[in-house]
Amino acid sequence: MYRTLADAIADAEARGISLSQLALETEAADQGRPLEEIRDALRRALHVMNGAVARGLEGDLFSSSGLVGGDAAKLRTGPPGPLAGTAFRDVLARALAVQEVNAAMGVIVAAPTAGGAGVLPAVLTGLAAAKGIDEERVVDALATAGLIGAVVAERASLSGAEGGCQAETGAAAGMAAGAAVEMLGGTPSQVGHATALAQQGTLGLVCDPLGGLVELPCVFRNATGAAIALAAIEMALAGITFAIPADEVIDTMGEIGRSMDVRYRETAGGGLAATPTGRRLAKERLYDLKRKA
Amino acid sequence: MVSLLDIIGPVMVGPSSSHTAGACRLGLLARCLVGGTPERALLELHGSFARTGEGHGTDKALAGGLMGFRPDDERLREALDIIEREGLDYRFEKTTLDDEAHPNTVRITVERGDRKSVMVGSSLGAGRVLVTEIDGYPVHVTGNLHTIVLVAEDVKGSVARIATILSDANVNIATLRLSRKSRGGDAFMVFEVDEQPGDAVRDAIRGLPWVKWAFRLDKVSA
Repeated sequence: MYRTLADAIADAEARGISLSQLALETEAADQGRPLEEIRDALRRALHVMNGAVARGLEGDLFSSSGLVGGDAAKLRTGPPGPLAGTAFRDVLARALAVQEVNAAMGVIVAAPTAGGAGVLPAVLTGLAAAKGIDEERVVDALATAGLIGAVVAERASLSGAEGGCQAETGAAAGMAAGAAVEMLGGTPSQVGHATALAQQGTLGLVCDPLGGLVELPCVFRNATGAAIALAAIEMALAGITFAIPADEVIDTMGEIGRSMDVRYRETAGGGLAATPTGRRLAKERLYDLKRKA
Repeated sequence: MVSLLDIIGPVMVGPSSSHTAGACRLGLLARCLVGGTPERALLELHGSFARTGEGHGTDKALAGGLMGFRPDDERLREALDIIEREGLDYRFEKTTLDDEAHPNTVRITVERGDRKSVMVGSSLGAGRVLVTEIDGYPVHVTGNLHTIVLVAEDVKGSVARIATILSDANVNIATLRLSRKSRGGDAFMVFEVDEQPGDAVRDAIRGLPWVKWAFRLDKVSA
């Protein structure tokens, strides 16, 4: 797979093909597998994503600690806000839904990770539903998201323990923004700007889960990550460019991650996990878990 | 090389690729050492596995893996109830392994019939795992491919002999890692192969007079 987004964008534009087509061809060559087999695997992933969105929106799932759950459905059934009835609100609901399923030990696609698994399905399936986009184009978009994620994995990191939440929900936002821009008709170069615009908005984001569990704030950080992706998509499709190329924004994420104090890398030693309420909730709920066991 | 399908995947039961999917894979590898679901197991959790394992379902994932459930199997959620129903004796303990151990490490002792083995493995993140020790011997097993791991006396031609057994069985070697502690000391070999060889191959390798010990481990990645 590609190590720089700039090379992938240049190759796609020179050949007059989409980034998803380029990603599928490259993966097929790398793995020595037929291209259709890669598409089939991505289609299966999409079906799991759809299942997780639907399951989470039922609203009856709770994590083992009880700290998270039931909130996705509130965006469907709760009182309206200023964005009621928009794709924006629907995307937020879907992001919460997938992450609530994850916290309740349901089946999800770790894309790129389990902790950041809500952003990509929320943005892609939410916008596809709003715009009436067919399944095959969403499968293509997943290939583009995979290409962007592979570049992030090579240049920076996709692990909260290594790079903080910017490497999980931040990377997911970059992947989702780029993939959705292609799905909605943007050029490869616009995909690059969307990725850069999303990822720049999550630079420095720490990984600070209460008790070290993928629950709080992870569930909500997937929703806000999806919101950042939507902002980037809207800007990139409007023709807005970001002066720092996506590869360099990704490198910056890696550099910030490497210099991030260990307290902010999934250890529950800092951030929200270390607040008085964070510590109290973790202690009470984890104690509860032990007592139940 | 990063694969697109590693990024869009794996499909897994939540909540954590390292603490749930990776733990399940370590359980799947440990069951290979006794050729099936162990009747008894001791799971000693180290570091972050010990600290946040319960909330991440690490215990359920390890137990499910030992019973042969894959990381995307929804029965993982009920694994602790299932072991009780099946009358399996799995115990979990917190431990502190040495300082160099990866934070997500477990030592698994498995027993089935008259077979017993001890494995140390770590979950490295994103569902990737590494087995570092089997029955006291240092190994390097990732579970990315079917694997044959063995300890042999340091004799000339040993690699060629094993390669011949594999090629006669039409098994293709993908990677080979060979190491030894000293000249004439034990040689450690890890063959990653594209097809899992049958019992006959394992027995032929175990039958070599200079092979002290050999195991087959299944591919556990997606």
